[in-house]
Amino acid sequence: MALDDQKSIFTFVGTRPDRPDGLDKVTGRARFGADAHAPGMLHGAILRSPHAHARIVKIDASKAEALKDVKAVVTRADFAEVPFEPGLEGEFWNVLENVMAGEKTLYDGHAVAAVAATSALAARDALKLIEVEYEVLPHVTDVDKAMEADAPVIREGAADYSVPEGMHPNVVRYHESGHGDVEAGFAEADLVVEDSFVTEATHQGYIEPHACLGSLGTDGKGELWCTTQGHWIAQKTCAALLGIETSQLRVTASEIGGGFGGKTTVFIEPVALALSRKANRPVKLVMNRSEVFRATGPTSSASMDIKIGMKKDGTITAAEGTFRLQGGAFPGAPGDMTAMCAFAPYNLTNVRQVGYDVMANRPKQAAYRAPGAPMGAFAVESVLDELCNQLGLDPVDMRLKNAAAEGSKASYGPTYERIGLVETLEAAKAHPHYSAPLKPGQGRGISCGFWFNHGGETSVSLALSEDGSAQVMVGTPDIGGSRASMALMAAEILGIPYENIRVTIADTASLGYNDVSHGSRVTYASGLATIKAAKHAVEKLCERAAAKWGIPVDAVKWENGCAVPSGPNAGDFDPLPLADITADMGATGGPISGHFEATPEGAGVSFGTHIVDAEVDPETGKTSVTRYTVIQDAGKAIHPTYVEGQYQGGAAQGIGWALNEEYIYGEDGRLQNSIFLDYRIPVASDLPMIDTVIVEVPNPGHPFGVRGVGETGIVPPLAAIANAVSNAAGVRMRQLPMSPPRILAALKDK
Amino acid sequence: MSKLHVTTTVNGDEVEYLCDPRETLLDCLRDKLNLTGAKEGCGTGDCGACSVTVDGRLVCSCLMLGVEAEGKQIETVEGIADGDVLHPLQKKFIEYAALQCGICTPGILVAAKSLLEKNPDPTEEEARYWLAGNLCRCTGYDKIIRAVMDTAAELREAS
Amino acid sequence: MDYHSPASFAEASALAINATGITRFLAGGTDVLVQLRSELVTPDTLIDIKKINGVHDITRNSDGSWTLGVAATGAEMSDHPELGLDWPGVVEAMDLIGSTQVQGRATLTGNLCNGSPAADSVPAMVAAGVTVTITGPEGVRDMAVEDIPTGPGKTALAKGEVISAINIPARGENGGDAYLRFIPRTEMDIAVVGVGVNLRLDGDTITEARVSLGAVAPTVLLVDDAARAIIGTTLDDAALDALAAAASGACNPIDDKRGTIAFRTEVAGVLAKRTAKIAYARAKGEQA
Repeated sequence: MALDDQKSIFTFVGTRPDRPDGLDKVTGRARFGADAHAPGMLHGAILRSPHAHARIVKIDASKAEALKDVKAVVTRADFAEVPFEPGLEGEFWNVLENVMAGEKTLYDGHAVAAVAATSALAARDALKLIEVEYEVLPHVTDVDKAMEADAPVIREGAADYSVPEGMHPNVVRYHESGHGDVEAGFAEADLVVEDSFVTEATHQGYIEPHACLGSLGTDGKGELWCTTQGHWIAQKTCAALLGIETSQLRVTASEIGGGFGGKTTVFIEPVALALSRKANRPVKLVMNRSEVFRATGPTSSASMDIKIGMKKDGTITAAEGTFRLQGGAFPGAPGDMTAMCAFAPYNLTNVRQVGYDVMANRPKQAAYRAPGAPMGAFAVESVLDELCNQLGLDPVDMRLKNAAAEGSKASYGPTYERIGLVETLEAAKAHPHYSAPLKPGQGRGISCGFWFNHGGETSVSLALSEDGSAQVMVGTPDIGGSRASMALMAAEILGIPYENIRVTIADTASLGYNDVSHGSRVTYASGLATIKAAKHAVEKLCERAAAKWGIPVDAVKWENGCAVPSGPNAGDFDPLPLADITADMGATGGPISGHFEATPEGAGVSFGTHIVDAEVDPETGKTSVTRYTVIQDAGKAIHPTYVEGQYQGGAAQGIGWALNEEYIYGEDGRLQNSIFLDYRIPVASDLPMIDTVIVEVPNPGHPFGVRGVGETGIVPPLAAIANAVSNAAGVRMRQLPMSPPRILAALKDK
Repeated sequence: MSKLHVTTTVNGDEVEYLCDPRETLLDCLRDKLNLTGAKEGCGTGDCGACSVTVDGRLVCSCLMLGVEAEGKQIETVEGIADGDVLHPLQKKFIEYAALQCGICTPGILVAAKSLLEKNPDPTEEEARYWLAGNLCRCTGYDKIIRAVMDTAAELREAS
Repeated sequence: MDYHSPASFAEASALAINATGITRFLAGGTDVLVQLRSELVTPDTLIDIKKINGVHDITRNSDGSWTLGVAATGAEMSDHPELGLDWPGVVEAMDLIGSTQVQGRATLTGNLCNGSPAADSVPAMVAAGVTVTITGPEGVRDMAVEDIPTGPGKTALAKGEVISAINIPARGENGGDAYLRFIPRTEMDIAVVGVGVNLRLDGDTITEARVSLGAVAPTVLLVDDAARAIIGTTLDDAALDALAAAASGACNPIDDKRGTIAFRTEVAGVLAKRTAKIAYARAKGEQA
């Protein structure tokens, strides 16, 4: 549905002002999760299982409880009873089971008990005195092994209705979709390439560990300060897990030190509240880095089979994919998302995709930037590259030939509205990077990528002050500059300077419900809501002007920050600036505010195309990324600098995932690399400058044409880098990360 | 357990605290002196979010005990601006959007200031290697490096 | 945990002798604090040796040899105007450890006493023929660096013994050293393989050489076969191949999260060649 009043000429939108929270963030003044203190505050610490899979026989905390510095110890018994249901229907149960183990510990690092004490050191010391008796059980951490008949069962009854009969109980959700006749399509092909691919789990790797400060009274009223992508989901979940009323818990989001999907759920927050309720004092809980790696959401690991048929001219005749995703000891691995995104960039006559959600003895996966999409793109775009190599086709031309456009039936079902994939491919072809010569030992890789984007429940409130300034209250934590985009959009509608608008992330007691900052939804949905709230306020401003002038309200329009008489009254009165109306608003009808609450549905899908050059040392297998260009459709870039930042960040995370990042489990089921020393995210000297091209094909579902930009940028890199490395090394890389030992081994086997 | 008394100078102010010998300088800055600008991203010296200078030398405050600060001169992110006048690096970081979430920013500013004091004319490669111990997960470093290089150029012109 | 900051090595030694439980000496602390925080090792007694006079000094002796205080940091070594001209391999090896921030604290002594087979400075020191002075209850003695590590996390130092100085030989004429390591990233990693080479020339011919390997065995190795492969040669292709074969042949690595046996063995040979070429160029006075 196109909005009839979509704007295309802007005053503020598209400029690059300083962010409103810049000063606080360069002076150390900004308050993040761990920066809060409260009177009488205790410090919490969590005892974690050293076993990948074990039955908890007994927990004896008496020695810890006897210490004078220890004020509370909690176990699962201190949380509410939450009903168990299969699949994602029982998500509160799943989260509770993850937050504090029940009968079994399900992965290395699973919480089994927690302590609140007078200092962080005292709390850590007390943990050593808690005695836990375990009956160690067989474990499985690999996705393919977890589906084998003799694999240990993580939990009976976790599979939902979607899973066909006869599958292992560790398969808990199943997805199948597509259209056409793939067998007929393969028969039409001149060349069919079939291959299998594996990716390891990676972590979101935000630099700020989870941290919170909770206070909960025996009266069921509480307050929580936490670093989160969504404080309403934290409120709802904590209330359910503690058995209190949602509205009685007020949650304030701190500044957030990165999330990338990993802070869309709760881990320590319910534990801090349970400790607080027991100790009758506020409790601060801060994870250390090792806890973050062991016990918070990595993304899924994946095992995938792809088959694609192509004609000599590059036309894809059929495509088929099977995607098995492991998401830890709980339902939720986005095998469905992987399947739906994998072929989404292409206009296919015959396509079929199957996705599995598989449990294993690993931490509960959490969303990570376009969850599920990067791995599928890696597999599919690798096969496309192989087809291009074997058929002698230009990889951009081949993709242009098959690219989805407005009216194409998406591989996952719907028909696309206006989309910008073709524009990104044309921009790639025209970019100097694409025609730059390569040096010996270098290879170039191309990949497209797709992400749905999301709308979600959204509330925004906007209030005008007497002096003509405006305050905007949004409920989506500012994870990378969104205060600036909200202020720009409000300024555009109100017609007052950007600097005169203050954007605040409201707490749960100050605004209606908001979904988390995820799905690349903030600039789209909170932006749309900000625009609507501003328009709501403008309606009231026009009403006041109409009353003052004694003309009908529909004879007043809003222009450049002023009420202006229009129609037959045009020119009868001088324009009335916003500040003149607000100056006496108390006397002309009271405070002027605008608000908007809805679930916007027109998020608008987005596509990107990446170009990568990589160089491989043939003697050691070490890869350097020597040049990188991101081209992506933003719909409309509200603050282009921050759009570029999202593109660059997505590419950098993709480089890490492609080359070095991975969860490494030992035979004992324990995570081997739970510190940044051995979980190797890219450092400054690893990366080149990352060039960006912002393509703008307006999203018909947003008043200014915005499409989310946060997630699509991590979809193409795995494949683009794998294609570059494979072309440089002369051997197809089928497993991520492409660490030097893997590349050197592949070179030896060539 | 007996605590140790420490007298030290932080951003020019003489301060005192009592600490357990196991507590790090970072713990003492954050929990005893309420200087929460330095962040604990890892606690193992791998992320640089806790960077400070001690007697002019760039270090991770998580890799130094609080008790070792006795008699030292410590500078943190809170001391970079001159009163209400931001340091040129701080201005450029805002202008370039060299931060997204901002958690690594305090450590990167302290480290970058230390670089420019030692080497006013770094190459891009030198800047990247100097800052290799400061992890940023949001930006891909592009805008950070540009902000540092442009600040260096501006400071050279001004001097 | 008790914290002490003695004023002399004799006092440090006496504290260690009289301590019960786990004792650690604190130099730069970049390993001790990580182990403390992760609760891998919580010492009962921590002896900070940085308040002892002269521990930050870097001194060239009259015979051309060098004496380094035990708390001289990597940053202080890199900043020294002359040490790196004599022993670029040792200084660069130290400089590879960790970040700029870690360089502000980390020391050769700590890197050695941590006992990691992957310690970057240790192969460079072994190749250079570095010795350490040890102060203990029985007095003072010197020991070659290669004799200090006895296994992962273990050293030959007895209870009450503390390293009190690092002694680097005189560089002498026509010599050069180098250290290279393999890591998956460009910085911030632990060596997957490390190679130190130190050699001396007579004209174009190598007359003396020491080759050491890190991260390919339970301790850093001094590989005599690798040295023999290049002594008497001009580091021609045949000599380089023999060097690579000897280096790979000496490897006794493990498969772990950082690398495989096959990878470490192969890359040890590759790096041995590259390192030897740099040391050779330096010995000839060429830029490398």
